[in-house]
Amino acid sequence: MADAAAPAAAAPAGRRARLRTDLRHQPGFTPMAWVCIVFLYAPIAVLIAFSFNDNRSVVRWTEFSFRWYVEAFGNEGIRNATVISFQVATVATLFSTIFATMAALATTRTRPYRGQTLAYAIVNQPLMVPEIVTAVATLALFTIIKKATGITGIGYLMLAHTVFCIPFAYMPIRARLEDMNLTLEQAAADLYAPPFQVFRRVTLPLLMPGIFAGVMLAFVVSLDDVIITLLVAGPGETTLPIYILGQIRRGITPEINAVSTLLLGLSLIFVTLFFLIGKQRKT
Amino acid sequence: MAEAQSTLVDARRAAEVRERRARWLLLAPALLTIGIFGLFPLTITLIYSFLSPGTYGGVTWEFSTDAYVQFLFERDIFDGTLEFSSTYLQIYGRSIGLAFVATVGALIIGFPTAYFIASKPPEQRNVWLFLITLPFWTNLLIRTYAVLLIIRDEGIINLGLINAGLIDRPISILYTDTAVFIGLIYSYLPFMVLPLYASLEKLDFRLVEAAYDLYATRFQVLRRIIVPAAKPGIVAGSILVFIPGLGAYITPTLLGGGKELMIGNLIALQFGSSRNWPFGSAAALILMAVVMVALLIYVRNASREGGNHG
Amino acid sequence: MQQRTDTPGADRAMVQAERVTKTFGRGADGVTALDDVSVTIRENEFFTLLGPSGCGKTTLLRLIAGFELPSAGRILLDGAEIGHLPPYRRPVNTVFQNYALFPHMTVAQNIAFGLEMQGKPTAEIGGTVARMLDLVKMERLADRRTDQLSGGQQQRVALARALAPHPKVLLLDEPLSALDLKLRKEMQIELKRLQNETGITFVFVTHDQEEALTMSDRIAVMATGEILQVGTPKDIYNHPARRFVADFIGDINILDVDLDKIDEGRGVVRLPGGATASAALPEAEMRPGAVSVAIRPENVLLTGPEDGARTATGEIERVVYFGSAHNVHIRLDDGPPIVARAPHAPGGAGDRAGVILPDEHLQVLVD
Ligand SMILES: Nc1ncnc2c1ncn2[C@@H]1O[C@H](COP(=O)(O)OP(=O)(O)OP(=O)(O)O)[C@@H](O)[C@H]1O
Ligand SMILES: [Mg+2]
Repeated sequence: MADAAAPAAAAPAGRRARLRTDLRHQPGFTPMAWVCIVFLYAPIAVLIAFSFNDNRSVVRWTEFSFRWYVEAFGNEGIRNATVISFQVATVATLFSTIFATMAALATTRTRPYRGQTLAYAIVNQPLMVPEIVTAVATLALFTIIKKATGITGIGYLMLAHTVFCIPFAYMPIRARLEDMNLTLEQAAADLYAPPFQVFRRVTLPLLMPGIFAGVMLAFVVSLDDVIITLLVAGPGETTLPIYILGQIRRGITPEINAVSTLLLGLSLIFVTLFFLIGKQRKT
Repeated sequence: MAEAQSTLVDARRAAEVRERRARWLLLAPALLTIGIFGLFPLTITLIYSFLSPGTYGGVTWEFSTDAYVQFLFERDIFDGTLEFSSTYLQIYGRSIGLAFVATVGALIIGFPTAYFIASKPPEQRNVWLFLITLPFWTNLLIRTYAVLLIIRDEGIINLGLINAGLIDRPISILYTDTAVFIGLIYSYLPFMVLPLYASLEKLDFRLVEAAYDLYATRFQVLRRIIVPAAKPGIVAGSILVFIPGLGAYITPTLLGGGKELMIGNLIALQFGSSRNWPFGSAAALILMAVVMVALLIYVRNASREGGNHG
Repeated sequence: MQQRTDTPGADRAMVQAERVTKTFGRGADGVTALDDVSVTIRENEFFTLLGPSGCGKTTLLRLIAGFELPSAGRILLDGAEIGHLPPYRRPVNTVFQNYALFPHMTVAQNIAFGLEMQGKPTAEIGGTVARMLDLVKMERLADRRTDQLSGGQQQRVALARALAPHPKVLLLDEPLSALDLKLRKEMQIELKRLQNETGITFVFVTHDQEEALTMSDRIAVMATGEILQVGTPKDIYNHPARRFVADFIGDINILDVDLDKIDEGRGVVRLPGGATASAALPEAEMRPGAVSVAIRPENVLLTGPEDGARTATGEIERVVYFGSAHNVHIRLDDGPPIVARAPHAPGGAGDRAGVILPDEHLQVLVD
């Protein structure tokens, strides 16, 4: 921006000269990067825009309106699906974050021990298997359990979500722990804090941003899941994405755009929070 | 002295035992949850793939290799003879082909982008990376739906082209392989950019300067210096796009319109309306096998890279 | 420096390491950080561990603090064996090199932490924290977050935090190394003052010899996992027992000479120039033969080239001026170079000069 004050005509020429001398520059790369960003965001932008379009045809823009949001809120199916989604995400997030925190404490900052690599691999297993495979395998197991015990309910779905949320919650918590200064805990022990107090007074407060980040990720991942939910969910356990999928199959309505935009916004809030928390890393 | 040494040894042993016990107690919930509800089901799938399908879904406990035979052969309904059939092989071939082409596409868009980000000043890099990663954390279904919205016959692309007078009837993209291809790139592009960026960021730009100093052209610098430096990122990114692309379910379901099956649809179908769980299990295991092969290639490649530079 | 020798109980042992060995790792790639080290640190003493990087200073400190368990040997605190206790059961506190202040607590909360963990009543904690803040002159910053403090201020908080529980021993691992020179000098004085006021035994680690000499009651010089010499700064400076110690601390001339015989506890050596001299002997057993003797440049007397039988003569190679004095580098006629320190240069490069090496400043070294 140094040339902002320069005459407008001189600016492009100066820019070209700079590009020619900038050794890092490769022709065509910069436009491609912009193409990439436009490609990533244009469809989402169109979706969001049309959710505010006061027209049933979803083809032509007529007028700005919140009409479809009002309708979405009034739709009982959407309301129920939202409740289910939040129930499942909350339970899955709670357990997966607790389990992931414990596992992260056991897999970081120690001398290597036998079984460490295996433990690490198991924790990350849900990330390595294609989701569709996990989905059918889980379905098979749950069918067996249901037949054997007769127990049904939304617990199965919550359990399935907990499993795949663990590695996502684990990532930021582990990263935070690895960044954490080990001498702080030694200092606490030196000041007469027994292990549990060290954990409560020093480790946990310092780990909190990592745990928050883990909560955000787990929640988003659970909220967004389609494939596993689609196969595992029992009757009446329709989450928001499953509801949306069903509606899309039936035909495109502006109402779906509105709900989709809401869900999108929700994810964005959580993920942005996650990044902001991650930024204040440094102990 | 001897006594002192024994208290010391005791203390050390007690500390070790305590540490080990605490460690495994901490690991237990995560490992048990994932072990029982993540790993163990895969074993069930393996067993199921050797059983016979039940009439209303599920399995009956009769040993059978039909699930695997079915891949290559079709059983004649009347006389029960086996005849070679490539239906399922084609689905696997199509999936692998689509995932591969999407990987190449993602590389073509992702490489310049990653390089562009890596050559920015550090503060700007984070903004760009955030922008690239952000879509990944939003709902895949909704993103795919958004793609559907713009590429369908009445979508913005076609309307725009018609209004501009370039075409007079919409180009049908939706429900074709092209649509799936676009959807796959769209879904997994961040997976390509991030590892590429990670390796390009480490590139020492003094090497680039040295190359220019030795009369290399920009293209030669790209081919001889930059691309080799980015190779680990290229491999990692390709794997990260290829594997989820191969098992994709939402993309072919929404954009392929159900006519054009991919592996993901095939598997889900067997556990759904086709009610052939053993065949679905076998299909899932074969998908896993393909993924493992891809991973193995990656690991071998990565360790070879490490060896060469060591 | 040694005003405490006559106070009662001053010689009582506070920390004793008995034949302590510490090995990291096992088998072939194990590192022996401490090799059969024995040392006694007395009550109320400012005791310094001095040595080059990697010699095991931190390891010894961590063994006393309880962050590591010894591989062999005993560690006693005030007569009681503590080598097997975890850190939180040892009445010993540490000032860490990077301070390790809790970033999520205020200055006052940091200082109160140890007292809280000891289960002291709230009122007493408040009083002690106030006293500690006063002691390190940080009253005005009591409610600051620790990441908003300067290096010197963090240093003071770390000291106050470690002193608050009134430990029997305070361990300080290179606490001044992160400070700039001026602040460092200030904190050296400050540390000395705190030790005097609290009467706590300080075990101080540094690899800065000047710091060690100015601050310590006694110094232990370490190298490669061993303690080579323990003594007062004067002892260490004037009578280094080992060649490594002599070399490590200050400037020194080391001459290869012949030890003729041992006479009344002193060694009779033949100096360059032919004169014989009587040099102090180290504690180790010595036998006649080739030995090294050391003498500080400031103890080498410069004379004219012709003076007397004890004079060794040579040619001045160069004269280096460094503010308060000159270092005169002389190559003696029989070979070895020697440096003398003098307020005035006796001549310039190429001139002849003579040196006398006084008996009382000659020290025989063990290699
Ligand atoms: N946890 C450990 N694992 C393995 N080796 C270690 C460990 N801690 C120290 N060592 C080794 O023990 C030796 C002594 O280390 P120590 O930290 O005590 O040295 P130091 O005198 O404090 O050095 P410095 O002045 O650099 O701090 C070194 O060779 C070091 O590499
Ligand atoms: Mg050290």
